[in-house]
Amino acid sequence: MLDIKNLHVKLEEEDKEILKGVDLSVEAGKVHAIMGPNGSGKSTLSYVLSGRDGYVVTDGSATLEGADILSMDPEERAAAGLFLAFQYPVEIPGVGNMTFLRTAVNAQRKARGEDEISAADFLKLVREKAKELRMDQDMLKRPVNVGFSGGEKKRNEILQMAILQPRMCILDETDSGLDVDAMKLVADGVNALRDAGRGFLVITHYQRLLDHIVPDVVHIMSGGRIVQTGGPELARQVEEEGYGHLNEETA
Amino acid sequence: MATPTRVKQQALQAKHDALDARLAAMTMPAGGGWIASARNAALTRLRETGLPHKRDEYWKYTDPATLVQPEPVPAALLDDGGEAPVFGEIDRIKLVFVDGVFDSDKSDDPSLAGVEIERLEEASTRDIHWARDLYGTLEAQGQSPVRRPLATLNTAFATDGVLIRVTGKAEKPVSLIYLHKSDTSDAILHHCIKVESGAELTVLENGPAAARFNKVMEVDVAEGGTFHHVRAQGRDHERRAATHIFAQVAREATFKSFTLTANGVLTRNEVIVEFTGDDAVAHVAGACLGDGDFHHDDTVFVTHDAERCESRQVFKKVLRNGAIGVFQGKILVQPGAQKTDGYQISQSLLLDEDSQFLAKPELEIYADDVACSHGSTSGAIDEEGLFYLRSRGIPEGPATDLMTLAFLAEAIEEIDDAEIAADITARLEAWLARRRR
Ligand SMILES: Nc1ncnc2c1ncn2[C@@H]1O[C@H](COP(=O)(O)OP(=O)(O)OP(=O)(O)O)[C@@H](O)[C@H]1O
Ligand SMILES: [Mg+2]
Repeated sequence: MLDIKNLHVKLEEEDKEILKGVDLSVEAGKVHAIMGPNGSGKSTLSYVLSGRDGYVVTDGSATLEGADILSMDPEERAAAGLFLAFQYPVEIPGVGNMTFLRTAVNAQRKARGEDEISAADFLKLVREKAKELRMDQDMLKRPVNVGFSGGEKKRNEILQMAILQPRMCILDETDSGLDVDAMKLVADGVNALRDAGRGFLVITHYQRLLDHIVPDVVHIMSGGRIVQTGGPELARQVEEEGYGHLNEETA
Repeated sequence: MATPTRVKQQALQAKHDALDARLAAMTMPAGGGWIASARNAALTRLRETGLPHKRDEYWKYTDPATLVQPEPVPAALLDDGGEAPVFGEIDRIKLVFVDGVFDSDKSDDPSLAGVEIERLEEASTRDIHWARDLYGTLEAQGQSPVRRPLATLNTAFATDGVLIRVTGKAEKPVSLIYLHKSDTSDAILHHCIKVESGAELTVLENGPAAARFNKVMEVDVAEGGTFHHVRAQGRDHERRAATHIFAQVAREATFKSFTLTANGVLTRNEVIVEFTGDDAVAHVAGACLGDGDFHHDDTVFVTHDAERCESRQVFKKVLRNGAIGVFQGKILVQPGAQKTDGYQISQSLLLDEDSQFLAKPELEIYADDVACSHGSTSGAIDEEGLFYLRSRGIPEGPATDLMTLAFLAEAIEEIDDAEIAADITARLEAWLARRRR
């Protein structure tokens, strides 16, 4: 589904390489987790994949179902099925959450040559998904993320994911800022979307999220590279031992 | 070397030369009675001031030359591409002016319960007391502390306009529609509106009016009265306009004015509000979308001369491709105007580096127990927000539009009527979408 090969990325503004040859493949139907120390490049990877400005790909490739996503605009990547749940969701004053969601759904449909969703169907869909995430109607009416608590913002990301139904979902520390119950809700939201045609890349620092969203594969990123790959037990090892062991192995 | 006094004298001379040249090209409308004396009084005042000049402090950011010169710069008519006119779906009494001349065939029968509507041209033949007391009066009062000679010129030479007196709650808006049919038209309209105690009226205005348009509206809102004004200035890009609204707001009265402007090589909208009674409210708002050869100037002066009055000025400008936006806004709180609540915000969204926003926000306060705030900002589109929208599949154009509408929202929220606000929003969306094509 998502194939990243030897991806090298530097900052546009300064000559600083952040990703130093990332290799990673997420198969359809699988959940991959990425863990790794602060500043190792996890968010950078998610931003580069979703098309944020400010980075220059100096080498390597990234494809989504064979299509070169790095040459696409962010909106084209979204229409192709890529979704990033942001580590820091952005507040957009003045743009209502509902307007935003409807515009996004219809823009993606249009890009895929489908008809717009009817107002009634859209409302029904949003109400249903919001209810599952225990988001009240008031949050849907408010401007996007404005005045939302940290946890509410993260739930709003998952709401968007549930509504847009992307095929490749990247979650960047969606668990941070969530209380125990909210984490369960978010995990349920993710698990509900797990199916044979969908891939997940879950970036997290904590085993706790992975208790709920059980990964098929766990990667450790350090210094802009994937330095270790294993099964769910790797996450538990990190939880217990931290990243201290990396120094010897990657030196 | 020119000494400062000499420069000043030269500037003054230029203002009077400009007036002489302009007057030579004009004739005072015929007719006697009270209106003739109001016109003559205005002409006398005008002879003292001359016409505006770019060296005037008050015209620092906007060159008045084309508004002042004897003949208007020709303005091509717009092919609107069949776009439905604004306010089209709103039930209203339509009064149509073509190049500044009232057209009764195109207009509705002006009968509306609680509202008397007269044509200015017919006014001089009859002694309409309230109009006699209002015509040129608020305009003359509004000449201090700053001179506004284009308004005085208007009082002296306006050829048409309406006189509206409201004694009840008008059940629908009066809609003034200004059509532009000649590319050299030079229109001067003067409206007087008197909202009697407890009465209510909404006035809508739209249309380019003429190649050059000079319009004055004097609005007197009596105790407990309510006046709403919503205006859309769009379409013909080459038109030039100088408009003034002079409002006097009495005890517990409400005055609210909103203007949407898109297109226009030159627009100067002045709003002058004076509170004359306690506990009154006045809001003046504007949203403008400027693209390319566009110069838009909002000049607002609110005087608090009563207690516990609330004033708001909310101006938002979206500028691109070298467009220029100007805001000069003042809140003057006179001695004794205690518990004044004054708010003023002027903001621009600059979509590129060629565009400019020139702002002069001012507070002048002579009372000690007041809450006044003002702010002015200029900024580019929020790239983080834009990326967030795009990452959800919304292409750059529509995403920019969404953020642009969001930026303008605070001004549009100043329109109380939901149906009219929706109409204005729809208009904006259509304009934004059209510009992307
Ligand atoms: N725009 C930028 N300007 C300067 N440095 C940057 C920029 N973007 C990323 N970096 C640097 O790149 C490195 C990787 O950052 P990134 O946010 O990808 O880390 P991360 O693995 O997501 O960390 P965390 O676990 O703290 O979220 C950091 O050292 C960061 O400071
Ligand atoms: Mg991160």
